[in-house]
Amino acid sequence: MTQPSARDLFPGALEMMILESLRRQPAHGYALVQHIQQRSNNLLQVEEGSLYPALQRLLKARLVKAEWGVSATNRRVRTYQITAAGLRHLEQQISSFERMFEGITLVLNPGKSPAS
Amino acid sequence: MNWIPGIFRRRRLFDELSEEMRLHLEERVEQLTREGLSPEEANRQARIAFGNPAVIEERSREVWQWPTLESIRADVRFAVRALRRSPGFSVAAVLTLALAIGANAVVFSVLNAFLLRPLNVARPNSLYELQHGNEASAYQSYPDYLDLRDRNRSFDSLVAYTADEVGLDTGSGDASEVWIEEASGNYFDALGLQPYVGRFFHTADEHGADSAPDIVLSYEYWHAHFHDDRSVVGRVVTLNRHPFTILGVAPRDFNGTLLFFNPAMFVPLVEHPALGENDLTTRGDRWVFDVMGYLKPGGTRAEAIADLNGIGKQLEKTYPKDESTMTFTLVRPGLYGDYLGRPVKAFMAGLMLLTMLILLAACANLGSLFAARAADRSREVALRLALGSTRKRILRALFTEAVLISLAGGAVGLAGSVALLRALTAWRPFTSYPLHLAVNPDVNVYVVALLLALVSGLLFGAVPVRQVLRTNPYEVIKAGPGGSTRQRVSAREILLAAQIAICAVLVTSSLVAVRGLALSLHAPFGFDIEHTMLAEIDLGMAGYSGDRVAPMQKRLIHAMEGIPGVEAVGLADAVPFGMGLGDAIVFRDNASDLRPTNAAADAYLLHVSPGYFRAAGTSLLTGRDFSWQDDKNAPRVAVVNGEFARLLFGSVNAAIGRYYKLRDGTRIQVVGVAEDGKYYNLTETPQPAQFVPILQSPSASTTLVVRARAVGNHAPELLGTAMRNRLRQLDAGMPVNIETRAKPLEVTLFGPRMATVALGVLGLMGAMLSITGIFGMAAYSVSRRLKELGIRIALGAQRRELLQAALGRAVKLLAIGSAAGLVLGLLATRVLVHIVYQATPRDPLVLAGVVFAMAVLGLVATWIPAQRALSVDPLVLLREE
Repeated sequence: MTQPSARDLFPGALEMMILESLRRQPAHGYALVQHIQQRSNNLLQVEEGSLYPALQRLLKARLVKAEWGVSATNRRVRTYQITAAGLRHLEQQISSFERMFEGITLVLNPGKSPAS
Repeated sequence: MNWIPGIFRRRRLFDELSEEMRLHLEERVEQLTREGLSPEEANRQARIAFGNPAVIEERSREVWQWPTLESIRADVRFAVRALRRSPGFSVAAVLTLALAIGANAVVFSVLNAFLLRPLNVARPNSLYELQHGNEASAYQSYPDYLDLRDRNRSFDSLVAYTADEVGLDTGSGDASEVWIEEASGNYFDALGLQPYVGRFFHTADEHGADSAPDIVLSYEYWHAHFHDDRSVVGRVVTLNRHPFTILGVAPRDFNGTLLFFNPAMFVPLVEHPALGENDLTTRGDRWVFDVMGYLKPGGTRAEAIADLNGIGKQLEKTYPKDESTMTFTLVRPGLYGDYLGRPVKAFMAGLMLLTMLILLAACANLGSLFAARAADRSREVALRLALGSTRKRILRALFTEAVLISLAGGAVGLAGSVALLRALTAWRPFTSYPLHLAVNPDVNVYVVALLLALVSGLLFGAVPVRQVLRTNPYEVIKAGPGGSTRQRVSAREILLAAQIAICAVLVTSSLVAVRGLALSLHAPFGFDIEHTMLAEIDLGMAGYSGDRVAPMQKRLIHAMEGIPGVEAVGLADAVPFGMGLGDAIVFRDNASDLRPTNAAADAYLLHVSPGYFRAAGTSLLTGRDFSWQDDKNAPRVAVVNGEFARLLFGSVNAAIGRYYKLRDGTRIQVVGVAEDGKYYNLTETPQPAQFVPILQSPSASTTLVVRARAVGNHAPELLGTAMRNRLRQLDAGMPVNIETRAKPLEVTLFGPRMATVALGVLGLMGAMLSITGIFGMAAYSVSRRLKELGIRIALGAQRRELLQAALGRAVKLLAIGSAAGLVLGLLATRVLVHIVYQATPRDPLVLAGVVFAMAVLGLVATWIPAQRALSVDPLVLLREE
């Protein structure tokens, strides 16, 4: 089976980006997709739908909570908000991601120190 | 545990998700339209960007699912569909299992009721019966009971009871005979019972013989005969024409302390003499049926036994003339210790084993059915494997089918057994004894049935596992059905042979039992059961006592002799197999120290009238019968049986004219020797017996033996009616129980008959299972080899060769299984010998019967497959390919 290239993220990456976006401000699904694509300069072409299973996983783990409401553009939307547990989880994820990134960089660019 | 609310929230959750995704798409379309796309193009673009909503929804749902449960549900749905596609297979499988599990549930239920369910008293597990160390009985004399009760240091309190049949008159003028339990004053208090209505009698109410004429009704009797009338408390009724006051009603579920024996009422033990029975003072007279008590907390069984044996030693020393060996052991009271407990335990364990074997046979049967089914579905399995299903998943589907079948079978079987058990519980096997076989199933039974169903499902479901694991999709699809290579001996064949062996065991043991039972009805009893009626009359209950008894008995005999067609009449205080048959220890004439340990024999003792032997059909080997001259003024004489003569005098001929002594020193001269017989139990070894003239030792309990001429038209009912009329003319107020001579034997035959019926049913079930098993295998092998058979026919094979090819294996398995089963069955019947009289495996008729039965079974099972094999048309087969 061929996977769309946009799904070629490591497991947990999408959740991490969602949490990071929600940390800045609560948003509904559509706004989240827009936000992620804009922030990545459209480098990350996330299949819009794949956001929803990720959101469900976060909901189940109680890292985010959701509420129906009306958006600024007067649409009926379900707005997601990060929870305290979500914040803690995000911090752990980011620090472990950074360590991993550092490791990968060291391997890919031998001789160069990432600190320099 | 947050998945529990999750399950209920789920539906709403999924609705919200769909809604959210719909809104998302809408927003995107709107955005794209605003950017200048046509609505159709915007819609298309939005959908491309979003991805497949169905897949996304599915993946979102999966997040919330409890994976195993969900996929099990899917498996169950799939299995139900698969089973529905082959209804014949499903019904056959369910019924097979229903029979096997039903049989197990019934047998376990009976076992549960007999052995596992405790008595309805407080702390049933620390209640023990005082059984004699040297025999399986608990009879004590009343003085011994008092000494044991007062001197022991191991029991909280010792209670005693005995059962008795009395004439009850409630004042409505209709006297009836009821069974009562006479219980010691501390009985209810010690057993921790509370009255349902009114009050109980207590130790404080007793002040020696006849001091507490009170009655506590059993709930059942109160309900049935006093219609739940609470005002019966205080009412006076008569028992054996003595007034007794009703004190109260026992608790609802309490039916005395002997299982299945439900007395109508409880009366203080001290009233025993008032009811015309034994006195409370004779130490040598062991009439108290049972003594039992609760161990003191912290005390052990061994300590208590030592304590009791110590008291026994003292009593032996103090009363050497009265006491025989006084040793004790402690046993469970419900089935009268080892007396009933041991045979019941052995038989129930045997029966449980046999039914488990039946279940195993059923599992073997179903296992091979499932294996055949899996083989037939090898294409489907191969296809699924090729499409990427894992073997684990396919096995799980097969197991789900098996468990579904087993649960359905278990449910049907349990329903059937509950109906059967209800009927058994409502059944009253004897009119003259208050026996209730309360075998209602309880939670234990349901749990066991469920477990058995599950285990057997997993068992037979496991049979095709290897087959599936080895399936090679490529080979199967290339070769088509029937092309797989044949193994030398398959697991299925071993299973089938084992199953046939089990069936042969059952057939053998049921044939042995049936044959033994048939033989036992024609065994030499030492009396004749044809054309003979008995009339049991307790002259004591009717108010005759002392010197009035003998003349009345003479009048009874004359009255019977006056009935036309009557050939001989005699009477005895009790007859063999009848109620109240007594015994007495006897001593050689030269014995001077008449203590029980010196006795020469313990012989049955019958007080008989002149003419008894002729009426009973007991032949005298030598010597003379009694006459009316053998009365109190004449020298004491006796007729003994052959066994007695051999034990005391060496031979039958040496006995005539010789003397023996009773315990009180009376010398008795032997004037005749009667043939040996059975007295108490059909399986008993030859027992000594002595007959003494009833005029020399009078007895108020009377059984008339009336023998009609053996000329056809004297139906027992007619004779019975004539007897009843004559007896009524003599004394209308006399309670009389008239029955055929064979009737009392039925009580004795009850156990063997039940055993035979149980074995017969199991044998039949085993046979049915074997037939379906062999049939399944033969039919399967014929259908798989149709092509081969067709080619053989085309090449000119004879019918015999054809059958050999098609069914040879099945027949061989049948032969091997039957032979193994026969040998095992003959070994198993060694147990049966203890239950069914004359059950012997060394009986050519039984052996022939087993071989014949198995042959018929094989013929029936292979008939249809054989016909099919013979009617193969090679042309049709070849065209089909």
